[in-house]
Amino acid sequence: MSVLIYIDHSEAQIKKSSLEAICYGAALARQLGTGAEAILLGTVNEDLAALGKYGVTRIYQVAGEALQHLDSGLFTKVLAEAVPATGAKVVVFSNNMNGKALAPRLAARLKAGFVSGAVALPDTASGFSVKKSVFSGKAFAHISLKTDIKIISLNPNSFPLTTGEGKAEIAPLNIAVGAPKVKVVSATQSTGQVPLTEAELVVSGGRGLKGPENWGMVEELAKLLGAATACSRPVADAHWRPHNEHVGQTGIAIAPNLYIAIGISGAIQHLAGVNRSKTIVVINKDPEAPFFKAADYGIVGDAFEVVPKMIEAVKKLKGIV
Amino acid sequence: MKILVCISKTPDTTAKIAFTDNNTKFAGDGVQWIINPYDEWYALVRAIELKEKDPATVIHLVTVGLADTEPIIRKALALGGDEAIRVNGENADPFYIASQLAEVARQGGYDLVFTGKETIDYNGSAIGGMLAELLDMPYISLAAKFDLNGSVATIVREIEGGEETDEVNLPVVVSCQKGMAEQRIPNMKGIMGARSKPLKVLEPVAIAPLTSIASFELPPAKAGVKLVSADNPAELIRLLHEEAKVF
Ligand SMILES: Cc1cc2nc3c(=O)[nH]c(=O)nc-3n(C[C@H](O)[C@H](O)[C@H](O)COP(=O)(O)OP(=O)(O)OC[C@H]3O[C@@H](n4cnc5c(N)ncnc54)[C@H](O)[C@@H]3O)c2cc1C
Ligand SMILES: Nc1ncnc2c1ncn2[C@@H]1O[C@H](COP(=O)(O)O)[C@@H](O)[C@H]1O
Repeated sequence: MSVLIYIDHSEAQIKKSSLEAICYGAALARQLGTGAEAILLGTVNEDLAALGKYGVTRIYQVAGEALQHLDSGLFTKVLAEAVPATGAKVVVFSNNMNGKALAPRLAARLKAGFVSGAVALPDTASGFSVKKSVFSGKAFAHISLKTDIKIISLNPNSFPLTTGEGKAEIAPLNIAVGAPKVKVVSATQSTGQVPLTEAELVVSGGRGLKGPENWGMVEELAKLLGAATACSRPVADAHWRPHNEHVGQTGIAIAPNLYIAIGISGAIQHLAGVNRSKTIVVINKDPEAPFFKAADYGIVGDAFEVVPKMIEAVKKLKGIV
Repeated sequence: MKILVCISKTPDTTAKIAFTDNNTKFAGDGVQWIINPYDEWYALVRAIELKEKDPATVIHLVTVGLADTEPIIRKALALGGDEAIRVNGENADPFYIASQLAEVARQGGYDLVFTGKETIDYNGSAIGGMLAELLDMPYISLAAKFDLNGSVATIVREIEGGEETDEVNLPVVVSCQKGMAEQRIPNMKGIMGARSKPLKVLEPVAIAPLTSIASFELPPAKAGVKLVSADNPAELIRLLHEEAKVF
């Protein structure tokens, strides 16, 4: 009857979004009056028992070299055996890149009702319904699940990380791992930067910045704040910035705590990717820019004058002279 | 080489989002419907490019939807593709749709199945994975590049803060996003030609949906923007620090 949380990892590191999934699963288990356990396929260079502080009592681990890289078919077979073996009734994933490949596959295999992109704990007062983000963040839907086993994938940055006391017990699980069908040839990760999808703070620039040579101040502000950088679609299309920075309807959807938009008009397709941000700040010289309607804070002014002053103020705040 | 491209219909990206029937239905009246951008710009165009390289390639388009999806699938045929299949079923839930698509895919014996990364209305990102499982095929999600060398596909997929290059033998299911191809505009010849391309209508197989939409909700309106003078950006930083507490 327990809640089972899937722990995603890459480069032997646990993803932050999985920690959020653990906190969510643990809160759901408390709500249902049951226990929260987690499952890890493969191995990581971290102290697994310490994950107990996020609220799980046990971590099942299936070892195997083939489990260091995602092969959704292979992983699904393992999880489909693990779920009944652990007695889990709800399985929680992060709706991150790997979760998007794996969670729906497992749902199809187990004929389990599936909600992707959950943004809140299920309503279990009568039945079981989960609030999810739809229409690119412009609305929410409440999805009812009627199956015995239920699968939820949680949107990153939608549930707070809380920690308490406790160590988790590590329980090796003996499940035969088949041969992978997907061969990972290479993987590149931009190092030294905060990945956009995991960033809590994001500084973003649009066409108002005129050209790639003017991104220095965007990068400096981001660096000072420990933020990731992003951009609007025309900026990526013009190759002013790399494609993996493009946010919006056709780019990446993010939900950071802070989104600073500099020289971006706030077209509906741009907002679709950023409107779940908790605090939105807009710097735009046009007081009529639509972005101000979606913003919490704003400055009507020339970015080339405003941003350097913001940088100075952040330096002062952080005691950097 | 046989490719199946899954095409769905969504409201235009600028459509007003509103609900009727006690917030249980999307208010679709008067809304402009389009091909889901990921299906059109990336999945379909990449399939067309593969056919341009190897003319022996056959492309089928499939959509699960009632008669009102026909203009959408015709529009897709105007871009390219040899024939279309419409499964005459409602958009009941992701498992229902994936099961219908799996049935079509099994009948057709495809080497390659392309879907979009997600539909921009319900944002499920679910159908590709479900379909791959129902077909027992490998699944590469969020693909930004796809190349074929004989029966081996080399696919670049997005991972957190980077990308991964995978190799996999056909058949495979791939969900497509930005990077796969460039958007194309259908030309007159394509539009005329699409009228005579076959569009088969199949009845759905009996599948019970596993989920249902209980209700919709719009987000609460923003309180309104707090404007700070352009002469005083330091005040903005103070507010973010002390009031919003974001850093
Ligand atoms: C189907 C579809 C999907 C799309 N998907 C996306 C998407 O995913 N992401 C996305 O971003 N767009 C997307 N778009 C494009 C979108 O509609 C807009 O065209 C785009 O977001 C505009 O980018 P921008 O705000 O950088 O540029 P602009 O619209 O040109 O705005 C520039 C802004 O900068 C301001 N400005 C100029 N100079 C200064 C200055 N010195 N200081 C301060 N402000 C200044 C101007 O007032 C203006 O508001 C999509 C469009 C379509 C049709
Ligand atoms: N009704 C449908 N008919 C055909 N293909 C669909 C349908 N719904 C979704 N798809 C495909 O599945 C992809 C992912 O959809 P989703 O899982 O709903 O986000 C879409 O981009 C389409 O390629």
